[in-house]
Amino acid sequence: MDAFANLLMGFQIALSPYNLMIATLGIILGTIIGVLPGLGGANGVAILLPVTFVMPPTSAIILLSCIYWGALFGGAITSILFNIPGEPWSVATTFDGHPMAKQGLGGQALTAAFASSFIGAAFAIILVTFFAPLIAEFSLKFGPPEFLGIQLLTFSAFVGLGGSSPVKTIAATLLGFILATVGMDIVSGQLRLTFGTVELMRGFNFVVAVIGLFGIGEILLTIEEGLEFRGAKPQVRWRLIVETLRELPQYWKTFGRSALIGSWMGIKPGGATPASFMSYGIAKKFSKTPEKFGTGALEGVLAPETAAHAAGVSALLPMITLGIPGSPTAAVMLGGLLIWGLQPGPMLFQERPDFVWGLIASMYTGNVIGVLIVLLFVPAFAAILRLPFAILIPLIIYVCAIGAYAVNNSTMDIWYMLIFGIAGYLFKKLDYPIAPMVLALVLGDMAESALRQSLIMSQGSPMIFFSSPIAAVLMILSCWLLVSPVAHPMLRKAWYRTRVTT
Amino acid sequence: MRKADIGLALILLVLAVLVAWESLQLDIGWGLNGPKGGFFPFWLAVGLALCCLVILVQAFRSTSPTLRQPLIRPGGWVPLLKVAAPATAMVALIEMIGLYPAAALYIGFYMRWIGKHHWLLVLAVSVGVPLGSYMIFDKWFLIPMPKGWWGEHLSL
Repeated sequence: MDAFANLLMGFQIALSPYNLMIATLGIILGTIIGVLPGLGGANGVAILLPVTFVMPPTSAIILLSCIYWGALFGGAITSILFNIPGEPWSVATTFDGHPMAKQGLGGQALTAAFASSFIGAAFAIILVTFFAPLIAEFSLKFGPPEFLGIQLLTFSAFVGLGGSSPVKTIAATLLGFILATVGMDIVSGQLRLTFGTVELMRGFNFVVAVIGLFGIGEILLTIEEGLEFRGAKPQVRWRLIVETLRELPQYWKTFGRSALIGSWMGIKPGGATPASFMSYGIAKKFSKTPEKFGTGALEGVLAPETAAHAAGVSALLPMITLGIPGSPTAAVMLGGLLIWGLQPGPMLFQERPDFVWGLIASMYTGNVIGVLIVLLFVPAFAAILRLPFAILIPLIIYVCAIGAYAVNNSTMDIWYMLIFGIAGYLFKKLDYPIAPMVLALVLGDMAESALRQSLIMSQGSPMIFFSSPIAAVLMILSCWLLVSPVAHPMLRKAWYRTRVTT
Repeated sequence: MRKADIGLALILLVLAVLVAWESLQLDIGWGLNGPKGGFFPFWLAVGLALCCLVILVQAFRSTSPTLRQPLIRPGGWVPLLKVAAPATAMVALIEMIGLYPAAALYIGFYMRWIGKHHWLLVLAVSVGVPLGSYMIFDKWFLIPMPKGWWGEHLSL
């Protein structure tokens, strides 16, 4: 098997002492970032992106992806102990995790959450190992029209499947694309949308936007809600861990279902959150004791955590194979690839196998290191949240400012960060989704050149997007997703009416 | 909330019109290398404008109870401003005196003013954190942070 040989090569890279150290560092930083309010996976990765410029690309992606795993683990800690979901996909974990912690079972809940995160991730990683090369090879045949089709599908998935208002989702996406066009035009070299100012010539950097929208915006929201962190004290002892782990195998069906749901939903953009809710709901439906859900059922912690981690891993699958990120965090990593001088997409598997397989192998090592570290140091991580608010807030804003400045060494970017922060606050309040906007900002240049190249190929005829079977299927699928929020209720009404009359 | 919803949609609408206007200056037609520079942003702006109009209509017609709530709940302004104003001041200070002194002042001020922490703790954190980050970024990763006026005159 080719995949095995490649994976072995990847392990040689991922298991080098330097990369193992980087992975451990990433997990620790990531968990801290996941625990802190206002800092999540996406802007944690964004803030640390400049630090990676001095590293070889493979170590850099290992650091960033380990921060991502760490943030996923950190989200579980705050949900269970403090009833504060650090990320949207850990909301479902609070339903049963926090009641367990209140009953003094916090240690069990955390152990179960970490173990199921690990199982979910492991399942999805094996999937990535075998499917990534296949998808990459398949997509080598893709031309600009097919790529535009995939991008369109990505964004229409937000409209069709996202929770926010469809029009506002489209508006946010378009705004992201517009921000991406500011500055130099990649095709003609013309300056665009600068309104005659020097400040806008460089364009908007997605890192700054991510830090502002997710970081500062989130802090403002937290502050306004006047949240106070009063959590349950975790008691994690070795005996407790072993006892809890022994209980887990009886839930193998829950694990299997949740891992499948997570891996499948994660490939689609914005999939982790619905995946965690869906697997919680399905676990409840199949459970022998559904009435215990919501009062502290262990299965209620297992199901969403398994699914969220599986989805988090499989979100990287489209990123490394197609160059389309499945989540905001993956989008930031994709931006990192571009900065390190790598062209994301199917060619990466042929040009830089060391990079791709090093990353895949580091998913295995990173998750093993991660589960060990979080189990060992839960009390330390939880203590971070007990720091007084008046110390946490200025430190977080300071770290955000450093991150925003360091991308381009420009103080102007810190101002942009503040503006994006206020915009992010307003958007969140008024139900404009932020994730598609960030994705659009990262993918803007690629989408535009795919569109323009396709039109050049066809001499301006839009029919090129339906000329190949793959492109046509992608286009039709995305059109369906785009109209489905309007079409679905209408169809249902029509169906209902026919049933009533007959 | 309704006013804010309408306001933001109007702001985005104005932005869309501005972008469309700029794109028209760039030419949205067909050039030697395919579509010209203004083509993509122009149609994006048209799309955004259409979305804004729909949002406006929805905001005026909607009877949803969430729209009747205020954007920021009563008393919410004060804590918000208490975070936003010092942060803005820090960014302004960064331009003048450099990142690390600005951060020290900002963290110290915030801890003392909002947190009312003991002077010793305030001093330790507000000096320790910028010093630590100086060692990490300027010395270890060799990413020079803005030095402001000091950088020009003391050449650290």
